[in-house]
Amino acid sequence: MLRTILIPAALAFGLAATPALASGGAPLTKQSWSWDGVFGAYDQAQLKRGFQVFHEVCSNCHGLKLVAYRNLKVIGLSEEEAKAVAGEREVKDGPNDEGEMFNRPGKLSDHYIPPFANDQAARVSNNGALPPDLSLITKARVGGPDYVYSLLMGYADTPEGFTLNDGMNYNKIFAGNQIGMAPPIADDLVTYADGTKASADQIAKDVVSFLNWAAEPEMDARKSMGLKVMLFLLLLTGLFYALKRKIWADVH
Amino acid sequence: MSAPAFDNKIIKWIDERLPLFTMLEHSTTSYPTPKNLNYWWNFGSLALFALVIMILTGIFLAMSYTPHVSMAFDSVERIMRDVNYGWLLRYLHMNGASFFFICVYIHIFRGMYYGSYKAPREILWWLGLLILLAMMATAFLGYVLPWGQMSFWGATVITNLFSAVPVVGDFIVTWLWGGFAVDNPTLNRFFSLHYLLPFVIFALVALHLIALHTSKSSNPSGIEIKGPQDTIAFHPYYTIKDLYGVGVFLLVFLGFVFYAPNFFGEPDNYIPANPMVTPTHIVPEWYFLPFYAILRAIPDKLGGVIAMFGAIIVLFALPWLDSSKVKSGRFRPVFKWFFWLFLVDCVVLGWVGGKPAEGHYIPIGQAATAWYFLHLVVVLPLLGRLEKPLALPASISASVLKEKA
Repeated sequence: MLRTILIPAALAFGLAATPALASGGAPLTKQSWSWDGVFGAYDQAQLKRGFQVFHEVCSNCHGLKLVAYRNLKVIGLSEEEAKAVAGEREVKDGPNDEGEMFNRPGKLSDHYIPPFANDQAARVSNNGALPPDLSLITKARVGGPDYVYSLLMGYADTPEGFTLNDGMNYNKIFAGNQIGMAPPIADDLVTYADGTKASADQIAKDVVSFLNWAAEPEMDARKSMGLKVMLFLLLLTGLFYALKRKIWADVH
Repeated sequence: MSAPAFDNKIIKWIDERLPLFTMLEHSTTSYPTPKNLNYWWNFGSLALFALVIMILTGIFLAMSYTPHVSMAFDSVERIMRDVNYGWLLRYLHMNGASFFFICVYIHIFRGMYYGSYKAPREILWWLGLLILLAMMATAFLGYVLPWGQMSFWGATVITNLFSAVPVVGDFIVTWLWGGFAVDNPTLNRFFSLHYLLPFVIFALVALHLIALHTSKSSNPSGIEIKGPQDTIAFHPYYTIKDLYGVGVFLLVFLGFVFYAPNFFGEPDNYIPANPMVTPTHIVPEWYFLPFYAILRAIPDKLGGVIAMFGAIIVLFALPWLDSSKVKSGRFRPVFKWFFWLFLVDCVVLGWVGGKPAEGHYIPIGQAATAWYFLHLVVVLPLLGRLEKPLALPASISASVLKEKA
C-alpha cells in the first residue's frame, strides 16, 4: 500500500529510476506474492516447497552461493534435515595434518556448494551456456520475481521465421528470445511433502518465492521493524508539530 | 560577542577557559533569524542531517566492507545477511545518498527562486556549490564500492571522460585508475577517497555555516533584516521547526528504506562486476542524470565534458548573471515563470539522461541543454533589466503583517 503511494510521489519529483527494459519483448505476468505490500510476509510452507524445487531441480545446474545451509533452518527445515542437505555434496577442505587436501561432506556452516567446480566446467556441461548463480536473481533483474516467474513460464513454440540456434530454446521473456536452459518446469515434476498439487504454475510460484527469500532473507524483519518505526515516527512528528505550534504561538 | 552570564559554576568554569557555551549561545538562542522563513528553508538543516546519517552509517559499513575486486561484492552481501542489522545500515546508506541529493537539490532551487545567492551571500553560494561538487565526487566513488556491474561500468565510463582532455588525457586516466583498466588499485583508491571526502564536505559545511551566520539567512521577502522586530531567535523557534522537518523527512526516507529499499537502484548492480560483459544500458544514479544528458547532448567528447562541468561552473557566476536588484522571485512576475520553466528543463534533462541516446531523445536532450545555458547566461541578465518588479514591502515584519491581513 505504502509503496503505491510512495512511488508516484517519487515520480512526481522526477526521480524515476530508469528501467533498462528486459528485451524479450513479451510483457511480464504480474503475480500477487505473499510478501507484497506493507504487511506482506513470506509464506513459510511455500518457501519450504520452493526450496524442494530448487534442491531437486535447479541446483543441478545453478549455484546459490550466498545462502548457507544453516540459513535453511529459517524456512522450516529441522537441524537434521539441513545437515542431510549439506551432506549431499562434497567440498574440498584442508590441508590436514599430513598436508593433504581432502574432500569432506558439506556442513551447516558451508554455503550452498555449487554444482560445478568453476565457470568453465559449467559451460562445458551446458552447451556453452553459463547457468547464473541464483542467490540474487530476483533483485538483479528488472521486474524481479515477476520476471523470473514469467521467464520460467515463458517457453513457447518457436514462431515461424525465427532461427533458433543449436541447443537453444525459444522463450518469450528472455533477452533475444533464445535461452540455453531447457524448459525446467512441468506438471508433477516434484512431489510435494505437504500434499500441495504440483502444477507447473504452482512449482514456478514456489521456487520464485524461495529465490526471493534467498535474495532478501531480511525482508520479514525489515518490514516488521519498519512498521514499528513508522508508528513511532508518526507519534514523534505529531508531537514535534504540536510543540512547534505552541512555541510559535506568540509569533503568529 | 559579549559573554552571557552562566549561573552553573561548572559551565562558567569551562566557558572562561574554552568558550563552548558562549559560542553555542551565540549561534542558537541569541542568533537572530528572519521570522518569515517558510518550510522550503528546512532543507538546509535536513541536508546536514542526511550528511550525518551518511557518515555514521558509512563508518560502520566500512568495518565490514572489503575493498578488493574479488571480495567487495560478497562482503556487501555479507553485510546484508550476516552482520547484525547490516541490511539496515546498508539500505540507510544507499537510500541516504539519494535523499541527501533530494534535500540539496531542493535547497539549491529554493536559493534560486528567492535569490539567496545575491549580495552579500555570494561566498555562501559558492561554498554550497563546492559542497555539491564534493557530494557528487563522493557519491560516484561510493557507487563503485559494491563492485556490481553498474559500479564497474559506471566507473569505466566516467573515468574515461578524462581521456577527452587534449594531449594528457590518456595519462590522466591511467593515473586515476592506477593501472591500465579499472581494477583493484582503482577500487582501493576509490574506497580511500570515499572515506575522506565526507569529512571535506563536513568542513565545507562548517564554512557554509560561518558564512551564513555572518550574512544571516535570506528570507522569502528577499529584504534584509532591518532590526529586532524582523527576527526571532534561532532557538527555540527554528530548532523546533527543523525538528518537525526531520520527523517528516524520516517518515518519507525510512518509508523507502523499509518498504522499497531498491527503488532508486539499478538491478544490474546486483550482478557482480564482469569486465567481459558490458550491460546493454549504462546509466548513472538518478541524481547525475541531468548532467549525463548534458554530456551526451554534445556530439563531441571533449565538448560534452566541458558542457557537463560547465553546467555547474556557470552557477558560480549566478550572483552576477542575475542582474535584478530584487532578490525574491515573489516580486518578480516574469522571472517566476522562467524559474519554473528552468526547473521543468532540469527535470526533462534528468528524464532524457535515463533514456538511451537515440531517436527523439537526442533533439530533446539538446534543446533542454541549450535552454539550461540560455536561461542562465542570456535570460537572467536580460530579465533583470527588462522586468518591472512588484512593489516591495517596507520590511520583513511589514511583509508578515501583510500576509496575515
